[in-house]
Amino acid sequence: MRAENVSQKPKFWILHTLLIVLAFFMLVPFAWMILTSFKSLGESVHVPVIVFPKSIHWDNYIDVLYTMPFLTFYFNTIAITALKVLGTLIFSSLAAYAFARIEFPGRNVLFVILISVLMVPGQIYILPLFLIMRDFGWLNTLQAVAVPGMFDAFGVFLLRQFFLSLMKELEESAKLDGCNHLQIYWRIMLPLAKPGLIALTIFTVLASWNELLWPMIVNSSPAKMTLAVGLSWLQGRHGTNYPVLMAGSLMALWPMVLLFLTLQKHFIEGIAMTGTK
Amino acid sequence: MKAIAGRSRIKKENWLWGYSMIAPAMLGIGFFFIWPMIQTFYFSMTRWGDFGTYKFAGFDNYHRLFADHDVWKAVLNTFRYVVLAVPLSVAISILVAVMLNQKIKGLSLYRTLFFLPVITMPAAVAMVWKWLYNSDYGLLNHMLNEFSIQGSRWLTDPQLAPYSIVVVMIWSSIGFNMVILLAGLQGISKTYYEAARIDGAGVMAQFLRITLPGLTPTVFFVFIISLIGTLQVFDLIWMMVGNPSIVKFSTQSVVYLFYDAAFLTNEKGYAASIAVLIFVLVMVMTIIQMVFQKKWVHYE
Repeated sequence: MRAENVSQKPKFWILHTLLIVLAFFMLVPFAWMILTSFKSLGESVHVPVIVFPKSIHWDNYIDVLYTMPFLTFYFNTIAITALKVLGTLIFSSLAAYAFARIEFPGRNVLFVILISVLMVPGQIYILPLFLIMRDFGWLNTLQAVAVPGMFDAFGVFLLRQFFLSLMKELEESAKLDGCNHLQIYWRIMLPLAKPGLIALTIFTVLASWNELLWPMIVNSSPAKMTLAVGLSWLQGRHGTNYPVLMAGSLMALWPMVLLFLTLQKHFIEGIAMTGTK
Repeated sequence: MKAIAGRSRIKKENWLWGYSMIAPAMLGIGFFFIWPMIQTFYFSMTRWGDFGTYKFAGFDNYHRLFADHDVWKAVLNTFRYVVLAVPLSVAISILVAVMLNQKIKGLSLYRTLFFLPVITMPAAVAMVWKWLYNSDYGLLNHMLNEFSIQGSRWLTDPQLAPYSIVVVMIWSSIGFNMVILLAGLQGISKTYYEAARIDGAGVMAQFLRITLPGLTPTVFFVFIISLIGTLQVFDLIWMMVGNPSIVKFSTQSVVYLFYDAAFLTNEKGYAASIAVLIFVLVMVMTIIQMVFQKKWVHYE
């Protein structure tokens, strides 16, 4: 996204003052999280407030690892996220291609049904879905979180929009060469849809990593918890030990920050894509 | 004749391709989302026994729902979140987007900072804000004391807690809205601004006559997304308020109430009727927005 010099030229110092004030408001919670995570418990509850810890207390991070199976939480979260991304990419792109390019009876009706799933709030299916998971014997398993998340109506919608925006010429010539739909999808459409696939991957990773309600409902055993649920659990056990809670929070959120900083352009383009298409 | 038969064979073959390619997604979505959706409507008319047994109870749950003070309070709480957080967040986001749509120094740094809360786990966001708001040791009261202002019990005063939560909602959502609005701003043709400049229109006039109208479709989109998201708020309240709490009554959202009934007090039939209520609320609010958009959204 390029900054464009729109013909407005307000006084730049007003602009910067406003932006700095707002940026400060955005930044303070992060700064406080980091500072608190390095304080001793005594420093954290000192009155008046101590802003900078005298020495850096790494023990809070070690405490987190001792009180919770944090490495297991990482593994669970990564495994669930990987499965969701894989399923979403494959199933959504297949369906999106068919909805965008193949004519078959009932196509529009089926697509409207799909969109209706996007419109409804999650609470409308969460309770019976929980009962299904229980009947499967899937409570306290990773698949209870991962498998339903592999089927994503939003993914189908996003990629269909993307496929519709692509030129048809390459496909036409592939058809003349005798390629079937699966070959066209695999060899021509998927490579062209890379920006859409990247955007969908980012959304799926982010949503999966940060999700709280569903994993909390189906997995109550610490061995199967995700990071977000683990944080809720940590808060339940360490209620007021904020240095440890903040250390835990940072340990849970840094991978997304890293991902965002390295793929920033794709994050921004992906979100902009959903808003403008 | 042969050509027509061949064409219809290709057509049939296409159908087969179409159905098999949508099958995995549609079957999964049908089984994991649509079927449970239908079940919720049925469950909302059942009463549940101790061992997961249930029997048909007609509209009993709905009678109870309409008479339940907690439900109406939760609906009002949720509306309060929507009415305060959504317009404020969208307004601030427009301001930020317009400011960042200029050639200024540190542009990408600002954009990164504003976006950071969007990628941060709500559970972690809730915890750090809870800590900032802490009435005894929190940074906020400390800073107020520096200016000789009496601090408050931000999250433990039932009157104040909902507003403290609204601030966090706004903080969390600005970045996402900003990115979409920035994309919308880039879509406004520059020729409009050039024409306006020739006519001698000032910065404010350009903003009001060109930027805002041109941005209305994007603002509408952002509004709908924020509205639906805020109507379903759970994570923040669950983590910031907790259960039990003295501010629960004044802060709990409808989804919180749903979670409570479904998984804590274990009244699954009643919980299903709350889920249906949430569904109706989201639909009604979305339809109202769709109807009113004609009055203020300008499509080119």
